[in-house]
Amino acid sequence: MTSTSTRPAPPGGRPGPAGGAPAAARRSRRLAASAFLGPGLTYLLVFLLIPLALVFAHSVFRRGRFGGVVYEFTTENFTRLIDPLYLGVVVDSLKLATIATVIALLVGYPTAYAIAHLPPRWKTVALVAIVLPFLTSFIIRMFALIILMSGPGLINRLLGAELEMLYTDGAIVTGLLYAYLPLMVLPLYSAIERLDPQLREASANLGASAFTTFRRVTFPLTLPGVMTGCMFVFVPSFGNFAVPELLGGGKSLMVGNLVQTAFLRERDYPFGSALALTLIAVLLVLLVVQAKAARHG
Amino acid sequence: MGKLRFVPLWLTYAFLYVPILVVVAMSFNAGTSPYVFEGFSLKWYGELAGNARIGEGLVNTLVVAAGTTVLATVLGTLLAVGLARYSRSRLLDAVSLMPAVLPDLIIAIGLLMLYTVVEFTLGLWSVTIAHTVFAMAFVAAVVRTRLTHADTSLEEASRDLGAGAVRTFVRITLPQLLPGIVAGALLAFTLSVDEFVIAFFTIGPTEQTLPIVIYSMLRVGVKPEVNALASIMLLVSFTAVIAGQRLTKIGESRRAHD
Repeated sequence: MTSTSTRPAPPGGRPGPAGGAPAAARRSRRLAASAFLGPGLTYLLVFLLIPLALVFAHSVFRRGRFGGVVYEFTTENFTRLIDPLYLGVVVDSLKLATIATVIALLVGYPTAYAIAHLPPRWKTVALVAIVLPFLTSFIIRMFALIILMSGPGLINRLLGAELEMLYTDGAIVTGLLYAYLPLMVLPLYSAIERLDPQLREASANLGASAFTTFRRVTFPLTLPGVMTGCMFVFVPSFGNFAVPELLGGGKSLMVGNLVQTAFLRERDYPFGSALALTLIAVLLVLLVVQAKAARHG
Repeated sequence: MGKLRFVPLWLTYAFLYVPILVVVAMSFNAGTSPYVFEGFSLKWYGELAGNARIGEGLVNTLVVAAGTTVLATVLGTLLAVGLARYSRSRLLDAVSLMPAVLPDLIIAIGLLMLYTVVEFTLGLWSVTIAHTVFAMAFVAAVVRTRLTHADTSLEEASRDLGAGAVRTFVRITLPQLLPGIVAGALLAFTLSVDEFVIAFFTIGPTEQTLPIVIYSMLRVGVKPEVNALASIMLLVSFTAVIAGQRLTKIGESRRAHD
């Protein structure tokens, strides 16, 4: 089997003049296409695209006096966003998410590099071991961190110290890192794995040091993987609300907390939607940056 | 260099697994402190069995996960076949992957607003529908990887011999895809059991799934029985994931022998 064509050629080639068999074949093909694609795409239209449109639409509506939504155009939700109180939270979220992403990259790169250089039969095992924690309950993983980091927890007992780790920005970053590190390792791994080892050898033969080879050859070639990994960590970190709530003790707020409060406590869907749009905006900016980087690479 | 390059790998594994292992170890703690191990006991597992709130949460979680698995597996498999065999549209590819990439918070609030607008009562159904959105994307992705490796000549032969699209799908495509479909179903189940954010927003005030039960327990303080509950949930997830991994492997080695 060759990998050149995974799709069957369109039946009949050019449509026949009389429209007999090829037309029937085309009709049955169209029927099959809608039978396979119809249910899933309809589902995504109703339960993904329409809800997404609702987020956009609500952001320009007014909040009713008793919690409902008044369908009148307004920009007040966005002017509220610029309020230093809210803008500060957005900036803090960007900061925490950035720190978590940078640490994830610093930890994830050598990890992915090591996996890519394992003997082939160990690679799958090593990768599954990276992904496995990610597929367990997020809440349970946060619970595990709380047990370790709390005042009377294991870390303090082992160190014989009384460090205040929980309910700090450091705890939030640790939580984000713990939650999303696997999402950094996977794309990095596939980028490093694809590298031609001869390039590194050539670089070494031409007299480059290991560091220069990494800086000038390996790293630039794996940049698309770096971008993807950073996006995979940054996006869910920036929009998180459970990590700051559980590990930050609600002291440090992130955008996700504001969204949660707006939706579940204040029932202010319009302002909540405007807040959520900052998440989508960040996502889009990152996608554009990534596309640009991919084109240059 | 040599062995030194594997040091980061071990450190990463330690970072990822030590917290989980501590939870499992503490679940067998005889003492009442969630922090100090005072001897072996199964009493927290017994405590769990008597906790009505956790029992209810467990039933809700399983109901939602079962519904999600069925819906997501059917929809995701059809979508994967449709996209691989009947579409060349990159837009449709992107849309089908979108639920996996979009922040869960966005999916959660979008659906909450949809439910509010159409006045759909929140409960287990609203969560099942919501979970299916992202679980379907993962099933479709898993099935699709198998499809791109599947032998299309068999399907062409079937159609040349006069079998219709449905018959070809049921008799030829489906059996080839089966390991992928089962792996996708297991993934959908695991993702649904563990999912927190979307469930939290779309479940309404009357019901709770297990992650939500744990979340609200954690907000008031750490209770030792959470260790036992967490260990059971970890075991379920690990088993499902490793089973799924095995299945894909079986498929691969069978392909290699062909």
